[in-house]
Amino acid sequence: MRSLLRAPQSLWVTLTVAALAGVMSLVSEPFASADNIFNISRNFAFIGLIALGQTAVIATGGIDLSVGSVMGLVGIVTGLVLGSGQPLIVAAAAGLGCALLCGLVNGSLVAYFRLSPFVVTLGMLSIARSLALVISNNRMIHDFGPDEDLLLALGGGRFLGVANPVWLLVVAALCAAAWFRYSRLARHVLAVGGNEDSTRLAGVPVARVKLTVYVLSSLLAGVSAILMIGWLGAVTNALGQNYELRIIASAVIGGANLMGGEGGAFGAVAGAALIELIRNSLLLLGVDPYWQGAFIGGSIIVAMLVERMRRAGR
Amino acid sequence: MLELRSVGMRFGAVEALQGVDLELAPGEVVGLMGDNGAGKSTLLKIVAGNFAPASGEIRWDGQPVELRPLSAREHGIEAVYQDLALCDNLSATANVFLGREVHRRLFGILPVLDHAAMRKRSAELFGELGSDTRPDDLVRRMSGGQRQATALARARLSAPRLMLLDEPTAAISVRQIAEVLELIRSLRDQGVSVLLISHRMSDVFAVADRVVVLRRGRKVADKAVAESSPEEVTALITGALEAA
Repeated sequence: MRSLLRAPQSLWVTLTVAALAGVMSLVSEPFASADNIFNISRNFAFIGLIALGQTAVIATGGIDLSVGSVMGLVGIVTGLVLGSGQPLIVAAAAGLGCALLCGLVNGSLVAYFRLSPFVVTLGMLSIARSLALVISNNRMIHDFGPDEDLLLALGGGRFLGVANPVWLLVVAALCAAAWFRYSRLARHVLAVGGNEDSTRLAGVPVARVKLTVYVLSSLLAGVSAILMIGWLGAVTNALGQNYELRIIASAVIGGANLMGGEGGAFGAVAGAALIELIRNSLLLLGVDPYWQGAFIGGSIIVAMLVERMRRAGR
Repeated sequence: MLELRSVGMRFGAVEALQGVDLELAPGEVVGLMGDNGAGKSTLLKIVAGNFAPASGEIRWDGQPVELRPLSAREHGIEAVYQDLALCDNLSATANVFLGREVHRRLFGILPVLDHAAMRKRSAELFGELGSDTRPDDLVRRMSGGQRQATALARARLSAPRLMLLDEPTAAISVRQIAEVLELIRSLRDQGVSVLLISHRMSDVFAVADRVVVLRRGRKVADKAVAESSPEEVTALITGALEAA
């Protein structure tokens, strides 16, 4: 039992995903259909991508509540620039530029002004959403100009039967896993989360490490938003609304420790998969969608309880 | 090697150190004793470069120096603080190399952490220290003695010439205290000088060559351990004995 408790949380979550999928394929005919699997994987790819960045932020002992709103802002800006006739590359650069700016503001305030990550990113949650409203003037944007087909193919298309966002998630997760294991920066991210003062005494540029993770988190939210508007074929300022909860839940369920110092790439992806699987299962089982929030919120709390038990067990 | 001449330090109206002289030779272990607030930690932080002294002079190898945290390290002075400054969530090796990680080049260009080299070097350091700490153990799961060894191994990574130890035996078990004292002896045997702050009389008399006593910021004794006694040092610390 002790050794089981010590197993990494990502393994636990992967087993839970497998078990839930097994049960669902027995009780629900449409669950295992190619279409449904395709949908699940694509849906969690958008969340999983951002959860990778969130995991890095949480590993420093911080949190980024602004990711959902940054998605909205990036979606609107990218959509408007595309609609004005610019090529996708320019529109994406404009959108990601906004994401970069949000990340720099979040990161600088946390790292150099030593403000609480919770408060700073809660503020950015409100600011970015408000900017999305101002810029879009609360209109839906569905005219994406000359590069519309390219955008729709990118976000909504598939390659070898797998949705494009899923491919990106696979590549990003492998890169993130290698990054966590082999980069000095990731080592410093975990060190800052473990003991910030000691890390500073050891000569690590703690503020720069923190700034970097917030920028990374925002940029990944931006990339995900651009793919998402390609899939949806339209964008409103509500894009990504309330996603921060699912993203943070993915990271935490995947083993990122909100106290800092722990977290990994595969955990974030497995956590995102589990949440999407729960959502999908509830729908297929005919549970009123209004209950989804309760289940997702509940799963975060359960994940925290399991983590607490694991801590007590070692 | 290290020479302090009439070093003084004040914090506002408080005279933390007054006219303290201190010399340390290579391979010498000096025990620094005194009551709370006597100036032990202030003196250690001056040598570690954390504080600049208000008056007096510091000489290193006969040359006057201004010590700052980085320059102290470059001179070969490493400090191990009382709280050890370790990251509990990381392995022994990761802590030893924190901020000084070793890289290798993947495909000749991409820098990646060289886990094998770092693990090997930290295993060597633990071997030299005579510690049973394993390179991959998480600090969180270590005994107090192993934590101390990890902090010492980190300080030894750059082959320092002077180690400053602040209360290395506080808050660890009797068996672990014996381990730490053994570590200090092995440092001395390798020619490393040690400035040891301790509240524990028995530690100082067990490993130190010389004992220095501070009282209210002044040095009241500086003599060979063999020529002193715990009773005398206690009297010096409390002020029952004015000076020796």
